[in-house]
Amino acid sequence: MIRIQDVKASYFTPAGEVQAVDRVSMSILDNEVLGIAGESGCGKSTLIKVIYQFIEPPLRLVSGRVEATTRTETGETAVMDGAALRKAWWQYISYIPQGSMSVLNPVAKVGSQFLDAVGKSTAFKNREELYSRVTGYLRELDLPVDVLKAYPHQLSGGMRQRVIVALATFLHPKVILADEPTTALDVVVQRGIITMLAQLQRREQNTLVIVSHDMGVHYQLARRMAIMYAGKLVELAEVGAIVESPLHPYTNLLIGSLPRIGDHARRQGIGGAPPSLLNPPPGCRFAPRCPRAMAACQAADPPPLEYRPGHFVACHLYGEPRTGGA
Amino acid sequence: MKAVKRHPRLVIGLVLVAAFVILGLVMPPFAGHDPRDWNTFPKHIKPNPAHPLGTTGLGQDTFWLLSYSLRNSLILGVLVGFFATLIGVTLGVFAGLKGGWADRGLSLLMDTFIVVPSLPILILLASLLQGRATILIISVVLIVFNWPWPARQIRSVALAMREREFISTAWFSGESTLTVIRTEIFPYISSWAVGNFINTVLVAIAVESGLAVIGLSSLQESTLGTMIYWALQYQALLAGRWWWILPPVIAIVVLFVALFLVSSGYTQYATAKRGR
Amino acid sequence: MRFLTFLLSRLVTYILVIWIGVTMVFLVPRFLPSSPVEAMMAKVAAQGQYMEAAQIESLRNSLMETFGLKGSLFQQYTGFFKRVLLTGDFGPSFSAFPTPVSQLVAQALPWSLGLLLTSSVLGWLLGNAIGLFAGYRKETLASKALEFLAMLIYPIPYYIFALVLIILFTYVWQIFPFSFYIDANKPLSVGLIKDIVYNSALPALSIIAVNLGWWVISMKALSASVAEEDFVHFARLKGVSEPRIMTHYVARNALLPQITMLAIRLGTIFNGALITEILFGFPGVGTLIYSSALQADYNLMLGTISFSVIAVATATLIVDLTYPLLDPRIRYR
Repeated sequence: MIRIQDVKASYFTPAGEVQAVDRVSMSILDNEVLGIAGESGCGKSTLIKVIYQFIEPPLRLVSGRVEATTRTETGETAVMDGAALRKAWWQYISYIPQGSMSVLNPVAKVGSQFLDAVGKSTAFKNREELYSRVTGYLRELDLPVDVLKAYPHQLSGGMRQRVIVALATFLHPKVILADEPTTALDVVVQRGIITMLAQLQRREQNTLVIVSHDMGVHYQLARRMAIMYAGKLVELAEVGAIVESPLHPYTNLLIGSLPRIGDHARRQGIGGAPPSLLNPPPGCRFAPRCPRAMAACQAADPPPLEYRPGHFVACHLYGEPRTGGA
Repeated sequence: MKAVKRHPRLVIGLVLVAAFVILGLVMPPFAGHDPRDWNTFPKHIKPNPAHPLGTTGLGQDTFWLLSYSLRNSLILGVLVGFFATLIGVTLGVFAGLKGGWADRGLSLLMDTFIVVPSLPILILLASLLQGRATILIISVVLIVFNWPWPARQIRSVALAMREREFISTAWFSGESTLTVIRTEIFPYISSWAVGNFINTVLVAIAVESGLAVIGLSSLQESTLGTMIYWALQYQALLAGRWWWILPPVIAIVVLFVALFLVSSGYTQYATAKRGR
Repeated sequence: MRFLTFLLSRLVTYILVIWIGVTMVFLVPRFLPSSPVEAMMAKVAAQGQYMEAAQIESLRNSLMETFGLKGSLFQQYTGFFKRVLLTGDFGPSFSAFPTPVSQLVAQALPWSLGLLLTSSVLGWLLGNAIGLFAGYRKETLASKALEFLAMLIYPIPYYIFALVLIILFTYVWQIFPFSFYIDANKPLSVGLIKDIVYNSALPALSIIAVNLGWWVISMKALSASVAEEDFVHFARLKGVSEPRIMTHYVARNALLPQITMLAIRLGTIFNGALITEILFGFPGVGTLIYSSALQADYNLMLGTISFSVIAVATATLIVDLTYPLLDPRIRYR
């Protein structure tokens, strides 16, 4: 399980501090698929960079922490954060980046780029063992073993994306973070990747965190979904609840803007634009565009509360929780 | 002052080049005598108020000779730079825009002329002319060897431009190729052309002075390189007569650094202006 | 398929370079007012020998034969090419009569090859290494200082550097010899090799230093831009160590355009090496060209110059052909 505690992360640019992630807290459970959705610039990519602990200037973790708790077979628990998490890259937690076209080194064989990731691990006695592990894994995923001897430009776009998924998961990490895994792929290839990720998760029983602005992807894969807006977490619940009974006005409009088979009503966009993260307004960030804004919304920023069991929302409309706090 | 801060290279380079232009183009008429003439003054005099850089082993005033030689070197550089860039840009634009066989043929030509080393041919020429090689002849040969460099660069710029929309728009609206070149492309390419021009000036002066230092350039006319040659011939080094050999050497080094600063600084400036 | 196209285009360029270069060598003397034959005849006459008309005619004939000036222009042209490409026979050198030109060239060649190859390759390797470090960490003071130094060195012409080195290291600090001297009769031994290195150090240093400037500047720019690429970011995400990223990810990609650049610049580097050889009295092809020019040794001139055109073209081809070895996108479809 990964606990994100009150994380605030900003980009310190010459123009000022861009508050990309502003005091977000949530828990990511074992053996689940969590989707993080939101418009461009809402902070979702920055959030998973922080979860991964890939924090490079001008990005800085201003406050808060990310903590990963693992349980060994003997029942002991170990807590990792910060540097420990970085040490466990690829073995405990891995990252599938955006843009499969350009993410592989064009002059190195695919195989070497697999082996690259294991530099620090001592779990393998020698290269042969490592290599056989990789080939075995490729076979499990129904990928041709020849791929290892090929160069990236020789693979098709779809094959490349599958290889990257394989590359990120061959050490059987417990947590996989995927940043827009289906963007810029054609629908047929998208389907293949989604199926691949779903099967992988089911087999390994690990945690998959998917960042995407494509709600369809979340609907197919995720069990729980987190909606982000302007650097804040506005709603977090099971996918069914989000789609059938969204609480936050933003989520409501978001779901409403999606086409649905059988529903012939006109689709509504959301008027206006998200606020600048350089100087965010006080109070609720969505208030300027919210159809149900109240006086309280301009004054104070609503904290996320567990309004229903397992359903968190940050909105003044739901000020009194039906159950206890988050 | 703000200009200096933002574009230090360009400004410093321009100031230096301006100084050289003044020294080389404005001052010579004030000499009062032909600096090339031998035995105008007593030989090997150290620098003093009458002769700020002393006199040479041939009885010439070093300062005025330097200024005169600078003029010739600059004229050669600008001549070669101008024509080589003109030819290179024209052919490069043509190759890049037209594409197809025209492009392939011209590219082959460019790649070929770049590989052939110019100096051996120049040495051949100079030797056969036995010292009667003029700046003009050397310039012509240098133009022939130097047009491919701007051509190649402009060609790739033109190739990239071919894809961009504003060219296609003009094309499709029926403008003739020449008009398209003049109105759309030229302003864009001109910044690259200027950069290439300066580079070519540098290369031209460098090659000619290289030729001169080994005594194969024009022996009647005086350039910075020939000054060094004569100084070496008269053992200025061995005899410790630094005022004869150092001024042209330092002049060349500073001139080249200045030209390079202008070229590199201008590229920076043009890139910033284009907002890339 | 790509590789074949690449190979073909390089070969065609190679042939064209040799053709145009050799044609230039052929044409230049023929456009000049003075004919070498007459110049030779004048020389002979100036020596005060009295010759009968018949002797003069036969001398002129044999000279024309030697200079390839007999027959129509076309015949001369093809004859010249035959000489250059097939037989390599340019006749005897006049200044070193009767040593054949080809022998003189063969003697000078290993020296030039040694100097040129080591200096340009070393300069390329060193310059790219420095440029890589400067570009990978481009914000550091060291990187900016290195670029500044490279910018100062780059515009300096070869002969200036050579002169400066000569002044510094043979006059001011008398570490190296003023002119090249090797006792060629010494047997091949460590001593001889030491002599060679000692005498070649300054010319080599001169060529390396001037070359360095350009490679540092260009590699710095290339490395800096490759370091921004997506695949470098992914490598970091994977946890690959920085040294390995710098070499396997950045360098291996940034070096590719540098190979192409080396091929393009070989002509310029050769020009510089030529002057450097002459100034240091290095016993290579450059000095041979120079002395042949000074002494109007027509045969030797034609021979050495044609040869250098072919040599540069061949070297360029070889460098060009190494490119596919390092870029799999050209090697495989």
